[in-house]
Order: sequence, then structure tokens, then C-alpha cells
Amino acid sequence: MSIHKTAAACVNGREHGLSLLRQMLLIRRFEEKSAEIYSAGKIRGFLHLYIGEEAIAVGAMQALSAGDAVVATYREHGQALARGVPAGRIMAEMYGKANGCSRGRGGSMHLFDAERRFFGGYAIVAGGLPIAVGLALADKLQGRLTVTACFFGEGAVAEGEFHESLNLAALWRLPLLFLCENNLYAMGTALARSESQTDIHLKAQSYNIAAEAVDGMDVLAVESAAQRAAAQVRRGDGPYFLELRTYRYRAHSMSDPELYRSKEEVAQWRGRDPLALFEAYLRGRNMLDDADMKTLEADAANDVEWAVAEAERGGWEPVADLERDVYGSVAA
Amino acid sequence: MAKMTYREAVRDAMREAMRADPRVFLMGEDVGKYGGAFAVSHGLLEEFGPTRIRDTPLSESTFVGAGIGAALGGMRPIVEVMTINFSLLALDQIVNNAATLRHMSGGQFGVPLLVRMATGGGRQLAAQHSHSLEGWYAHIPGIKVVTPATVADARGLLLAALKQADPVMMFEHATLYPLEGESEDGTIMEIGRAALRRRGKDVSLIAYGGALGKTERAAAQLAQLGIDAEVIDLRSLRPLDTEMILASVTRTHRAVIVEEAWKTGGFAAEVCARIMEGAFDALDAPVARVCGAEVPMPYAQALEQAALPQPESIVKAVQGLF
Repeated sequence: MSIHKTAAACVNGREHGLSLLRQMLLIRRFEEKSAEIYSAGKIRGFLHLYIGEEAIAVGAMQALSAGDAVVATYREHGQALARGVPAGRIMAEMYGKANGCSRGRGGSMHLFDAERRFFGGYAIVAGGLPIAVGLALADKLQGRLTVTACFFGEGAVAEGEFHESLNLAALWRLPLLFLCENNLYAMGTALARSESQTDIHLKAQSYNIAAEAVDGMDVLAVESAAQRAAAQVRRGDGPYFLELRTYRYRAHSMSDPELYRSKEEVAQWRGRDPLALFEAYLRGRNMLDDADMKTLEADAANDVEWAVAEAERGGWEPVADLERDVYGSVAA
Repeated sequence: MAKMTYREAVRDAMREAMRADPRVFLMGEDVGKYGGAFAVSHGLLEEFGPTRIRDTPLSESTFVGAGIGAALGGMRPIVEVMTINFSLLALDQIVNNAATLRHMSGGQFGVPLLVRMATGGGRQLAAQHSHSLEGWYAHIPGIKVVTPATVADARGLLLAALKQADPVMMFEHATLYPLEGESEDGTIMEIGRAALRRRGKDVSLIAYGGALGKTERAAAQLAQLGIDAEVIDLRSLRPLDTEMILASVTRTHRAVIVEEAWKTGGFAAEVCARIMEGAFDALDAPVARVCGAEVPMPYAQALEQAALPQPESIVKAVQGLF
């Protein structure tokens, strides 16, 4: 591991610290509830949980503003929540309800929110990268000082589109922030079993892209790296690449018996849990006490309960509308 | 009305669109300095500069995907994928992203993107450079597929494609580029309307793109033989002008579909099925198809020509219906 050495990041005040923890806690509790509802059969299809990786979505999103764009993968509940897509609309989408953020057309893997410039979850590995290149190109051509943040897993690194996209983004100096969530496993294939070079940020550097590896379990490290990177991108200095080293605690999807890794390895990573680490950090600086923690937990539980209620309350899209939104109207 | 080649008509339409709308730009392999592999974009770099005429690396999947992303971001991109053979490298972006985004997002996002490419065989380029796979793309809901066969349509359909809210794929048969004809100015065509190229009462010949010329020649030969053939140019494979096909077959009671693509699972089969579904009672003979031979395209000229529909094979198929 050659994680970029910078001075340890500090939290920008108690309120901000509590906000980061609150967001991570919401994602964790939302995901736990999703798994429970999946087992009850109300969420179907594929469900890919983000538990263990919360520091990345929450940390990285701090560097983005409302005009920026986000492109994500099929494991994108965390990014959607951190971007501000209402939890109820995400849960409703997973139920397949009409009040879901994609009107029940996308499900867990395809969350979209035009208002928040959340350009979706893409379920073909690396398929979102060229889209992000195009969004960044559109911004550049229109003279907008915005950032397109593109999340993808380390499995995408093996795909041709990863290399094509990095090359094109660097060649055209596009305002693109590549966020590689390296959780060490592409489904069940360990990084070392699929890549000849496992230091992924080095691949980005080979395309002349500024790149660094970051501890993806440390929300402050992610936040500060993302802010540094986004600032450079916003200056028009071309793309920036962050390799965020993390771990997925849960199975790849709900139908994965996890034959490919040991319980000891999972336990070891759980010892560096991003929520526990940050909770300890805040307590150590007297920014958090038991009462605060109780409130944060109650808030998260409440938000998740509301989200479930909204999903339960939602109606089904009428089957008569099956073929709507395949084409738009002419002369847009 | 101006006399020009098919190549010039495509170029003029792009030029007109770029002059009228700053959101329109062109990108693809060798569209700039080289002037386009088929010289379609020749001169556009000089007029519009490298920001709007963008040479790309050989990364079909990514520059098509970037076209999708740029369309999402408010632009009106034209992506040139040199030839249909290379579009196979971009299938994922076209099928999984361009075609699905509107529906998958519950109607929040559209992809107003034009993807253009040359298609077809007949130039002795052998098995990897002679495909006619436009029927594959027509299989996919969410995209539109146009196949201009005339100079006027090359211009009109391109301009119409840029007015769409959704991805359009335009297939330009490579043998058509030097074709001369009249280009009508100022007409905005409607995508999804076929054209009646020749009126006739005995049989409906249905073709598109590169097969149209051969079909028209077959119709002329048939006239000498006393068979009065009607010729329909589909122009758009999706949406398909089923109405015009059925109206024609209802008048003529016989139909022959001509296309360069392989017969098995080809687009001709779709047209045939529509006729069965909508005009079965009007038929006096089984619907016939004249398609490409079921073989990877061979290089040798005689073999290649034998693998493609020809006026003679069309005439023979028609004669078999009487």
C-alpha cells in the first residue's frame, strides 16, 4: 500500500463533524433496513449494499456543489443519499413504486434525480465512465466551471472503457473527478487475481492524470482529498483521480455465499469501520458524547422509518403506462 | 434545389445544423484533419475549428458514450463511427445506455444524440468491413434508425435527426456517397415515413438504403417483362411505416423485400411479419425476401456480388410469385 501521505485531515467544526457522521449513519441504517426488506420480499431484483464504504460517498460529496454532476454505479444508494436524493424516493424506487426516483423503472441499480444532477446508477461495469466524460465535455464546451464526479469500483479498471475514458479525459483536459472505490473484490475476484498492477492510481498517472490513493475508511481523508482534487478540476487543470481504499462488509449482492474471502479478513476490516473510526475521532475531541450519539441514531432510525413509510404508501405505476418514456417528443 | 452528391448532402446538412445551433458539434475518428474516412466532413474543421470538429482516439465505446453524456449535458452531438463494423465496439453504450436512459430514469433524462456511420458491402472489403447490421439496431426500443437512400434524404433525415429528443442512428450505405441528385432546401422531414419511389399495381418491392437503387433497376426490368412493380423506400427502420407497407400490399397483393443483410433474423423478416399480421387476406402469393447470402462476406468480386442482392435476383424472385 502506498497511500499518499499528507497531514492528517481535521474536521471543520463540531457541526460539520456531526453532519458527516449523521450522513454515514443514515446510509448504514438505510442499507440494513434494505437488506431486511429484501429478505421480506418487498425489494426484488439485485440489491448491492454499500455497508463499509460510507466514508467515500459522504466524504467525496462534500467537495461538490449543486451545479456539479454525479455518475455512479449499481451500488449507488450511498451516493444518492449523500447527494441529497430523498431516502423515501430511493426506498420507493426499490419497491418499484410510482413515487420512486425513477418511477419504478430503474430499481436499486438505476437511481436518477435530474434536480440534483444525479445522472444515475449504471449496471454495466465501467459503462458510466464514458457518460461522465461526455458530461464533463458538455460543461467544458459550455464554459461551465463544474465538476463531474464519476464513481466506479476497482473492477472497472479491467475494462477497456476505463482506459479509453482516462485517456480521453486527460487528452481533452476535461473537468472530471474519477473516484475509484477500491473494495478489493470485483464480485468474487480479488484485485490481485485480476490485475498485474494493483496500485490503481499508478494507472491513472500513466495517462498523465494527477492521482493519489486515499484511506477510504477515513471520512476526513476522503473529504480533504476530494476537496483538493475538485479545486484543481474546477480550475480547469484537467481530470483528477482518487483511488479510495475501502472494503465491502456485506456480500456482493444478496445471492452471494462469499466463498472467496475469509471471515477473518472481513473481521479485520470491520476493525477499521468508517463510522466507528469517526465516532471515536469526534469523541476524542469532545465533539460527541453519548447523548449526541443517541440523538444521531434516533434521527437515522426516524429517517429510515419515514422512507419505508413513503415506499409503502406509494402507488404502482399503471400497467397501461408500460411503454411511456421510451421516446420523448420531437423538437426538444 | 441544388445538384450535389450524397456525401455533400450529409456534409451540408451538418454544416447547416452547426451554423444554426451552437450546441451541435461533430466528433469521431479522423473527422477533422483527415476530413473523414469517406471525406464527408472535409472542410468542416477549417470552418468550425477543433472545438466543434473533434478528432477522437480509436475508442468507439468511449466517444459514443461521451456523445451520450454530452447530450445529457445539454449539447446536440453528432458522433461519426466511421463504419458499422466498428460500431460493434460501441454496442454497450448504444444498447445499454443511449436506448435505456429515458425509460430507466422514469422520463427524467433524454439523449438527443445523432450517431452516423457508413454501412454495407459491395466494395471488396471482405468479411470485417462489409456488414449490414442496421436491422440489429432497429431491434432496440429507445433509439431511432434512419437509412437515407437518396441525396435529398441524406440531408433531410440528418436535419430531422437533430430535432429529435432521442438517439438516432443514421446508416449511410458507403456505395451511395458519390451518388448525385437533387437536394431540397428547407424541408424538415418526419422520421418514420417511408417514400413511394415508383407506383405500380402488380407487386410491392420494399427496400432501404443501398438496396434501393438495385430494386429500382429491377422494377425497370420488370416493366419490360410486363410486370408493374411498386417500389417503397423504408427510409426509417424504427419507427417503421407499417401503414404505407400495408396499403401498398393491399393494392398489389404481392410483396418482395430486398435487403443486403443476411436473411436469418434480418429486418426483412420483420417487414414480412408485419405484412402477415396486417395484410394476410390481401396476399395472392407468399411474401418473398431477397437478402444477402448466408456467408461472411468474401473478398473476390464475383463471390461478393453473388452474395449481395442484384436486380436479376430481385426480378427472379418477383417472377416466382406469378
